[in-house]
Amino acid sequence: MNQTEKGRFGQFGGQYIPETLMNEIHKLEEAYEHYKNDPKFVAELDKLNREYAGRPSLLYYAEKMTKDLGGAKIYLKREDLNHTGSHKINNVLGQVLLAKKMGKTRVIAETGAGQHGVATATAAALMDLECEIFMGEEDTQRQALNVFRMELLGAKVHPVKTGTRVLKDAVNEAMREWTSRVDDTLYVLGSVMGPHPFPTIVRDFQAVISKESRAQILEAEGKLPDAVVACVGGGSNAIGSFYEYIKDEGVKLIGCEAAGLGVDNPKNAATIANGSMGIFHGMKSLFCQDEYGQIAPVYSISAGLDYPGIGPEHAYLSSIGRAQYVPITDEEAVKAFEYLSRTEGIIPAIESSHAVAQVMKIAPNMPKDAVIVCTISGRGDKDVAAIARYRGVELYE
Amino acid sequence: MSRIANAFADQKAFIAFLTAGDPDYETSLRNFRAVIEAGADLIEVGIPFSDPIAEGPVIQEADIRALESGMTTDKVFELVRELRKETQIPIVFMTYANPVYHYGADTFFEKAADCGADGIIIPDCPFEEKAEFEKSAADHGIDLISMIAPTSEQRIKEIAGSAKGFLYVVSSLGVTGVRSEITTDLSSIMKLIREATDIPAAIGFGISRPDQAQKMSRLADGVIVGSAMVRIVAKYGKDAPDQLAEYVRSMKQAMAEA
Repeated sequence: MNQTEKGRFGQFGGQYIPETLMNEIHKLEEAYEHYKNDPKFVAELDKLNREYAGRPSLLYYAEKMTKDLGGAKIYLKREDLNHTGSHKINNVLGQVLLAKKMGKTRVIAETGAGQHGVATATAAALMDLECEIFMGEEDTQRQALNVFRMELLGAKVHPVKTGTRVLKDAVNEAMREWTSRVDDTLYVLGSVMGPHPFPTIVRDFQAVISKESRAQILEAEGKLPDAVVACVGGGSNAIGSFYEYIKDEGVKLIGCEAAGLGVDNPKNAATIANGSMGIFHGMKSLFCQDEYGQIAPVYSISAGLDYPGIGPEHAYLSSIGRAQYVPITDEEAVKAFEYLSRTEGIIPAIESSHAVAQVMKIAPNMPKDAVIVCTISGRGDKDVAAIARYRGVELYE
Repeated sequence: MSRIANAFADQKAFIAFLTAGDPDYETSLRNFRAVIEAGADLIEVGIPFSDPIAEGPVIQEADIRALESGMTTDKVFELVRELRKETQIPIVFMTYANPVYHYGADTFFEKAADCGADGIIIPDCPFEEKAEFEKSAADHGIDLISMIAPTSEQRIKEIAGSAKGFLYVVSSLGVTGVRSEITTDLSSIMKLIREATDIPAAIGFGISRPDQAQKMSRLADGVIVGSAMVRIVAKYGKDAPDQLAEYVRSMKQAMAEA
């Protein structure tokens, strides 16, 4: 609905990739256009979502948190309860099934926190595809448990030692790998980024979040929420959380970016706050960069939000004012991580904690009959050791 | 006749790539001079980028060295301006979409033309996105060079049909870097190109040895060498100019015997 022309969201998006990949990207586009309307494909994916991933995910009324904050009613969309522990499985089941239909025998993927890598390795194991994951060397250290998890699932993990050795560099390496082996391989991109058609494919597979939550909140409250809140790195859980509400103009859409040590400190990853127009990783969008267009090294405590760009549809929603993007610091996210754990007995991923932090800021100032839906994009087990270290406890996995 | 067309007019062109500012401005300038004096027919001047997704490790590292030495787009223009005072060799930039886009395409091409450049290669700007840069480049007389890959197939006709300057034929799948063997059926690709255009076509990616250059120059109008030269820069540092010159002469000689 936001696409003004093929592969574009307003001026954002496009297909800025090497010629070697163009034929393949067109084939992917054709295959997706075909299968998304194929009742058999839709039924197969629906079955996987229900019987394998555990959908629909719960929309949980966080009563204690609501009472404690003393304002709007807070509902949590529990993507952390999905198989593999995050929203990433929604997209991966769709894309890996698509890879299978296209006759591919191998999938590759980038991963930051490891959630997308684990989800891809899981789907590849289930559907009998070879799987190779590219992960920044620094992230393989921050998220060592996820590396072993991927290997356990039969994937080969390549620690990426180039550049800043985080998510951006993992995407570079996955793209390089894809140009060297296109025939039998699909690059399963983990977020609503990259060249068209990825931002659309990933959005469509993640839209299940808001399809469900919209029906669930209408059932529970008899009305639409006042605000939907989600964290944003590349932006896949956020676009999935927003998508069905875009047409509902009364629903505020709030994306929470990783501000690291603060938006005024160079150590941050808040793209909407600090980025400028650029062309990178296949898309025209907003990026953190210097005056000569060199991509900036970014930082966040969260390996999953540690990305210098943002998906083109988010850049578009921000430019037209339909969605609002706010920066959340490491400190605010860690406090929210601890708060939700103690208050509701739910340990959220450090990524999702950025969204929880924003809810903690806005809920107290909203009337008691207002409703917020906050997406808990993943579970926080993977972050426990890192949070302990942040608090000065020398805990290693 | 344009400087680019002239390079292909009565010989097989040897096209030499180096990253500008690798390992520093002064050495880089001396390297380009040595390569030109040794007989290169066209030079590709790499504007370093933080995230060069079409490059293998050798050129990635060159980009890092150049950026760390303080190289910027403005300093690359300065370097080309100095070279242009001394030579009429065609000079083509090689960089990524973002450094051009973020600089402001129109200003970028105005300055590129002003310092004496003839063309530009942008590997992450395929045919579908050419409109992003085509007009500003053409307005300032800069040829936006198109690429053809082993996977291009039916796209060859339309890409070649509207190509400017010369065609960059990518020899192999994957990124830049030295290859011991090139297995792509390049003669079929060249046949399709010849049917679509009279513009010269040069083959690049993976070529490092004189025998490879000789073989490729039988198929195409020119040969592009990057990683093998950058490797010499990395190995010899400030002593690279003499080594580069010797290398260029050996490649030129092999091509002359083709």
